[in-house]
Amino acid sequence: MKLGTTFLATVALAMTSVMAQANELTIVSWGGAYSASQNNAYHKPFMAMRPDVKIINDESSNEAVAKLRAMNEAGNVTWDIVDVEGPDSQRLCDEGLAMEIDPHEWLAKAPDGTEAFVDFGPAMINKCFIPQIVFSTTFGYRTDVKEWNGAVPTSLCDIFDTAKFPGKRSLEKRPKKNIEWALLCDGVAKDDLYKVMSTPEGIQRALAKLDTIKKDVIWWSAGAETPQRLADGEAVIGSTYNGRLFSVIVEQKQPVAMLWDWQVFDFDGWIIPAAVKEDKLPLIKEYIKFATDTQRLADQAKYISYGPARASSQPLVGKHAELGIDMAPHMPTNPANMKNYLVNNIEWWADNQDEVEEAFQVWLAK
Amino acid sequence: MTQPDAPALAPVLTQDGRPLKASLSRALRREKLRAFLLIAPLLAFVLLTFAAPIVDMLLRSVDNTIVPETLPRTVVVLADWDPKAEELPGEAAYVAIVEDLREAVANKTHTRLGTRLNYEQSGFSSLMRKSGRAVEKIQGPDVKGQLIAADAAWGDPVIWQTLKLYSGSTTKGYFLAALDAKQTVEGVEMLPEGERIYLMLFGRTLLMSIVITLACVVIGYPVAFLLAQLPMRTSNLLMILVLLPFWTSLLVRTSAWKVLLQQQGVINDLLVWIGLLSDDGRLVMMNNATGTIIAMTHILLPFMILPLYSVMKTISPSYMRAARSLGANDWTAFWRVYFPQSVPGIGAGAVLVFILAIGYYITPELVGGTSGIFISNRIAYHISSSLNWGLAAALGALLLVAVLILFYVYDKVVGIDNVKLG
Repeated sequence: MKLGTTFLATVALAMTSVMAQANELTIVSWGGAYSASQNNAYHKPFMAMRPDVKIINDESSNEAVAKLRAMNEAGNVTWDIVDVEGPDSQRLCDEGLAMEIDPHEWLAKAPDGTEAFVDFGPAMINKCFIPQIVFSTTFGYRTDVKEWNGAVPTSLCDIFDTAKFPGKRSLEKRPKKNIEWALLCDGVAKDDLYKVMSTPEGIQRALAKLDTIKKDVIWWSAGAETPQRLADGEAVIGSTYNGRLFSVIVEQKQPVAMLWDWQVFDFDGWIIPAAVKEDKLPLIKEYIKFATDTQRLADQAKYISYGPARASSQPLVGKHAELGIDMAPHMPTNPANMKNYLVNNIEWWADNQDEVEEAFQVWLAK
Repeated sequence: MTQPDAPALAPVLTQDGRPLKASLSRALRREKLRAFLLIAPLLAFVLLTFAAPIVDMLLRSVDNTIVPETLPRTVVVLADWDPKAEELPGEAAYVAIVEDLREAVANKTHTRLGTRLNYEQSGFSSLMRKSGRAVEKIQGPDVKGQLIAADAAWGDPVIWQTLKLYSGSTTKGYFLAALDAKQTVEGVEMLPEGERIYLMLFGRTLLMSIVITLACVVIGYPVAFLLAQLPMRTSNLLMILVLLPFWTSLLVRTSAWKVLLQQQGVINDLLVWIGLLSDDGRLVMMNNATGTIIAMTHILLPFMILPLYSVMKTISPSYMRAARSLGANDWTAFWRVYFPQSVPGIGAGAVLVFILAIGYYITPELVGGTSGIFISNRIAYHISSSLNWGLAAALGALLLVAVLILFYVYDKVVGIDNVKLG
């Protein structure tokens, strides 16, 4: 009798957990301040609207492509929505690991009735990508370096000027962006950039330019390293994502300032794994429609200084949720910040990444 | 030679009338089966979680099935084509590839194929993507002309040579790449000097692991000696000092070294404060090989001290006393009597430290910069960033082989029987 009860209880428990799973959304993102902003702007209001739904945060976006590929090979995809950068979404889309979405069906219109496809505009970089934000990779520098004699870097090429601006630089341990910046400062025009990079000589030219500061560079592989090094005084200038610098400058009040010259824009957004379970799709659609509408994208900018991907969201960007400061001047898309800028050429990098990466790593190791 | 006639012996029977021998072997067999069943779960666990992944990884390093599976018709047509002729293959090959690509586009495998072939010949990735869109429009005769018109790369014999070279279901390509070499129509060739990286990294990994092992011996030996000589109460206290860092998370210890070693860090500050260094002349101790060696020596030190201590503990002090009573001074007694007996401990510690060091990943990643990274950092990069799993598997397999060879050499030179862990 007792055994029977236990058995029944177990079955009942298993049933409820199966039923609960149908209302669970596993959302993968980058963690840290970025996940927190999504939690505040999207997850909490969504769960307030749908109390029966449980959102599970997974912070594995930095290896999302590798993990999705592995899950697909194992035939068991456990993620529902994944936050990735533009180039990764391209790779996932090409390989058939991300679902192609129809913007008319999936995305909410702007409040004035503009079709989502138009409202998102250039952010719709491929058929699988549901854009959220525009972020940029740019430079931060310390404002209290004695050796600079009061001067501060005003242009990107000051990075390469170790005579005027001595001190360690913190650069990403990958060729992307570094190659472009080196060539821009070596006199290549913006329009010729990717043409020059398509030749082996162009890459060598960029590496030769980087050679001039190689001994002054500390390389980073995680976005948090540059802000940390700037705060410690370990580096005097360095590249990273603008939101991370915002938090060092505005939230932690370190003696650091931004250098927006030649910031490189990238998009970040959602993809839906192609092998997601059929019965989950309606809920996923509902979430996506909600989380990428005009108001929600503008809300996210209250918590982190990344520009919303929708044109209609931008006028709604207001003040920081806790500090109460105006967020617009801190957005990479603010006109004052984008006098010189570059948009990451996703196609070019998809084709050439392996080769350039190899050349870069060999150069690094020498 | 014929056997002399012997009286036929009746077999000894058991109570139930069967030969004793058969009955005994049956009982033994049952015993063995029961013993096997007892360890069967463990065996299955080890096979599933340890052996199978290794075998799977080794298979990945030669797997090339994506090419023949995605381009079945092309592979067949190309079998008769001579890649050395430097001429383009005939119309049949073009018809075959267009058909194969159409099917691949429907299954979305053409981009994966492009990624695979891009490892061998850059440009394949974009070629496959562009051709995937182009093949839909190709109709009627002269497929060759139409495909070349869609993308000029199809008029380049190099593309076809690469396809032919990598049309088998297994490949040496990954292993060659892991050894800085490349397969060409003429045979295997080393990459140009400026593009070689892996042999250098293997060399650096071995060299730095040896340096770290030696540093551990030099630092660990006196500590273990002290631990073994001191009275129990004092040595227990010291032992805790050895074990406490050992129980602390690897990540915490590595991060602590970052704080200590950086240019604005504790050690540099201290040296500047006592006047040994000027403020401009701060030492660079991190983000290079020095950082990796310092941090890894500290992290691996307990693996040297513990086996050494356990061996030294078993060396009876009466040997040293006997040596001294026979006229040896302290040094001779130590060197001729004590040290030889502690060698098995050094051997055990060195094997542990070296094998752990050779596969280390986190510490070099965090404090190694570019000149202090190991081959394992490249393996991790290929697993999680570049997604070239074949190359990562080949590098891992080579690392495994290197460890096995070293182990074999060690066994021949020192003898694995001399290693004592307790």
